[in-house]
Amino acid sequence: MSVPENLSYTKEHEWLSVADGVATVGITAFAAESLGDIVFVQLPAAGTQVTAGEVFGEVESTKSVSELYSPVSGEVTEVNETTADSPEIVNSDPYTEGWLVKVRLTGEVPQLLDAAAYTEFTQES
Amino acid sequence: MSKETSLHGVHQDLGALFTDFAGWSMPVRYASELAEHKAVREAVGLFDLSHMAEIHVCGAQAADVLDYALVGKLSGVKPGRARYTMICDAEGGVLDDLVVYRLADEEYLVVANAGNADVVAEALSERVQGFDAVVDNRAATTALIAVQGPKAVDVLAAVTDADLGALKYYASVPATVKGHEVLLARTGYTGEDGFELFVAAEEAPALWRLLAEAGEPYGLVPCGLACRDTLRLEAGMPLYGNELSRALNPFAAGLGRVVKFEKPGDFVGRAALAELAKADVPRVRVGLRGAGRRAPRHGYRLLSEETDIGTVTSGALSPTLGYPIAMAYVDRAYAEAGTRLSVDIRGKIEPVEVVDLPFYSRAGEPGHRPAATLDGAAAPRRKDPK
Repeated sequence: MSVPENLSYTKEHEWLSVADGVATVGITAFAAESLGDIVFVQLPAAGTQVTAGEVFGEVESTKSVSELYSPVSGEVTEVNETTADSPEIVNSDPYTEGWLVKVRLTGEVPQLLDAAAYTEFTQES
Repeated sequence: MSKETSLHGVHQDLGALFTDFAGWSMPVRYASELAEHKAVREAVGLFDLSHMAEIHVCGAQAADVLDYALVGKLSGVKPGRARYTMICDAEGGVLDDLVVYRLADEEYLVVANAGNADVVAEALSERVQGFDAVVDNRAATTALIAVQGPKAVDVLAAVTDADLGALKYYASVPATVKGHEVLLARTGYTGEDGFELFVAAEEAPALWRLLAEAGEPYGLVPCGLACRDTLRLEAGMPLYGNELSRALNPFAAGLGRVVKFEKPGDFVGRAALAELAKADVPRVRVGLRGAGRRAPRHGYRLLSEETDIGTVTSGALSPTLGYPIAMAYVDRAYAEAGTRLSVDIRGKIEPVEVVDLPFYSRAGEPGHRPAATLDGAAAPRRKDPK
């Protein structure tokens, strides 16, 4: 299971990268694989305020629904519209084309897992 | 610790993702459940159903005991044919839905759902008392492999000399598949043509491998429980634990025709079922079609205006149709096709419409209805394959 070194991770299986005060958020390959084929992604509209640790959307596979927890607080500046028509992109390319939202940070980035810690976490769970 | 089928090692080799199902560790999918679903609709899929229970009922009064123990008229099934039926308790509650194969005049094979295997075996063992017959539970030593899809007949033709053209839907025949003795049945629960092969558990891995190899030119893929569920849902077929339960009776499920009151003698549940047949069941099973892509799921509330009028029992975004489908129990007044209802999808109210079942029937089957199909041999649903 791929876990890129340059990203940060949550125990809710989201990944995060930060550049110029804007965080890009997605779900990990581990999460996508566990869910199965993703058939629907529900994301907040641009302009929505999100709060670290709170639900900001959902991903549905054929058999299950999973809530998305925001790793950070801030304002959604952009959503990945491709996921509306092609939700399978989250399975096929979770770390690049399958990103979910971009959030302009309003606070500190919480302590997150690095790739090694996240890999260890998924092996335990 | 979950039980493992004799094919567990094969599934591991194929990289299956496993799930616990009714106490069994079963493959939920191998790669993509949508691709597996599509393969069954368009080509052919291979399933391990060894978690299901095979219970043989043999003896001079085998037919009589099954007429007494089950709601169907099993004495009316010809040797070599099969019938969809149910086993009920004295109150008419459904203990399980079953496919029963008559193998000979005095031998039947009852196939029970994995989760109900013990309940069915115990009930049959009790109900056989006083009859000249024996109940022989061979679940532990029997494996079951299904080959389902429009190309299933081509796959089987490549590995057996059995006369597949003569093997009708809901029929079975002892056959040899490249040296393996099997019971070859033309049954399944996917809405497609297909076969189910009962085989000694220790021979299942070899049989699986040779079927997989024979199927390769036809696009065969191994299939897990995830796609099995979406396939049976599209075909409008009930699943025990979702559409059927001990708290429900065959009439509520829209499957009242499986209860054969005309058969002679008493049967378990007869009096209660006769009363239930006369009464208006409060809620009935319907199909629902949703808009958008968000699927109603098991347990979600159905509303008319703001009144609760039912509950979803199974739902998914249909891989074949591309829109959300569901089965549900609704108050009778709202059960007619075309009725517009709402479903509470995790706090968001979405529109749904009551539609006829099944959602999907395979090409060349206009007007096919599952109740007729499920009733078995009396209602052939397809032309015999060439």
